[in-house]
Amino acid sequence: MEYLELFLKSIFIDNMVFATFLGMCSFLAVSKKVSTAVGLGAAVIFVMLITVPLNWLLDHYLLQPGALSWLGEGYADYDLSFLSFIMFIATIATMVQLVEIVVEKFSPSLYNSLGIFLPLIAVNCAILGGSLFMQSREIPTLGLATVYGIGSGIGWFLAILSIAAIREKIRYSNVPAPLRGLGITFIITGLMAIGFMSFGGMLTGGDEKPKEEQKTAMQIEESNTATPSGIESSDKNAKEKVLANNLKVNE
Amino acid sequence: MGLLSKKDSKLILDPLADNNPITIQVLGICSALAITAELKASIVMGLSVMAVLAIGNVVISLMRNIIPSKIRIIVQLVVVAALVIIVDLVLKAYSYQLSKTLSVFVGLIITNCIIMGRFEAFALANGPWRSFLDGIGNAAGYALILVIVGFFRELLGSGTLLGFKVLGDPIEKTGLYALGYENNGFMLLSPMALIVVGIIIWVQRSRNKALIEDH
Repeated sequence: MEYLELFLKSIFIDNMVFATFLGMCSFLAVSKKVSTAVGLGAAVIFVMLITVPLNWLLDHYLLQPGALSWLGEGYADYDLSFLSFIMFIATIATMVQLVEIVVEKFSPSLYNSLGIFLPLIAVNCAILGGSLFMQSREIPTLGLATVYGIGSGIGWFLAILSIAAIREKIRYSNVPAPLRGLGITFIITGLMAIGFMSFGGMLTGGDEKPKEEQKTAMQIEESNTATPSGIESSDKNAKEKVLANNLKVNE
Repeated sequence: MGLLSKKDSKLILDPLADNNPITIQVLGICSALAITAELKASIVMGLSVMAVLAIGNVVISLMRNIIPSKIRIIVQLVVVAALVIIVDLVLKAYSYQLSKTLSVFVGLIITNCIIMGRFEAFALANGPWRSFLDGIGNAAGYALILVIVGFFRELLGSGTLLGFKVLGDPIEKTGLYALGYENNGFMLLSPMALIVVGIIIWVQRSRNKALIEDH
């Protein structure tokens, strides 16, 4: 159940593109045709599936404060977490290169369809973002990290697929000239993001949660202002609204 | 500009408008949208990117002749990651609250396409001084859009600028609020950033018809 919840949450509620705006660059650049969008989306799912669990292992056995204690007592108070950016990005870049080599060797046809997209992926914010959110949301087990990786990848895939489909059709509409291309894509993405916000309440209905858990959810939210909706704002009403929304998202 | 030749100053001024990294080159959008609910966060993000891009451009430009082209992406990523770690630690040391607000988005400067894009397109082919100027110019163009978006979102969303209540106090009903003005809380939600950028693009392209795309 926990797995299913995280899976659905990472696809719909915390959708990489619509909730956190990660991977926007390739999202906008490669979404002109459905076929290329599918290729890139599939490559993203694949790479996320590999890198998020791998970085989870790195985080838990190398980087976290006290993670080195498996080496012996003397290492217990080492804290290497400042190295996490460089470790994560190095893992991602090498994995992408490795995947490219392996795929080229064993499945040339898949390589031809994914080929050009693989190098692009190393610099896709969604991949690094997946690992960084995995770290800051403190996902507890390797299994959950894998599920989170797949879910986020599928969420990104869905997003790029739908925007590509819309962009193929919008060619026949009469868009004001200065808005054509990039401008209208931004606005459509914004509208889709508003639509995706309605998934926010999806997993909150029905099951009563013990109070302690809600508290931790709130603490996590406070420590990780992932949903960038300006919690610091001085307007109390907006703050409460946004907080309530974030809480829902977190649960 | 007496200090810079005409060609050099073009490097700085071009990205501010007609070759803006966000609205024209479509680079570095991820982080641009996520943190613009407040003006202060946008300014800090712009400055961080400027530091990373200018220094990174110089480093890559100095190394451009010794990097084997097959592994250049990894080399570039390592250089950026090292610079970003420094920026992150500086932010944590001097402005902890703000670094919490920016959270993972400081880390995501690493994969900010604007940085890799400028490395690939400029620093690998030009000398250090020109690369430095190019870095400053592009980061300034990026920061400009961030500041515009942050300005409107904070002003319309919470009625403040940099935390100052410029429109009056919404609770005690002073200033504009006495006339029945209400904050538009919707502006604080993330989708509005996309729509604001869309409008900026619209305005920019209506003023300069040469930038209009076919489709």
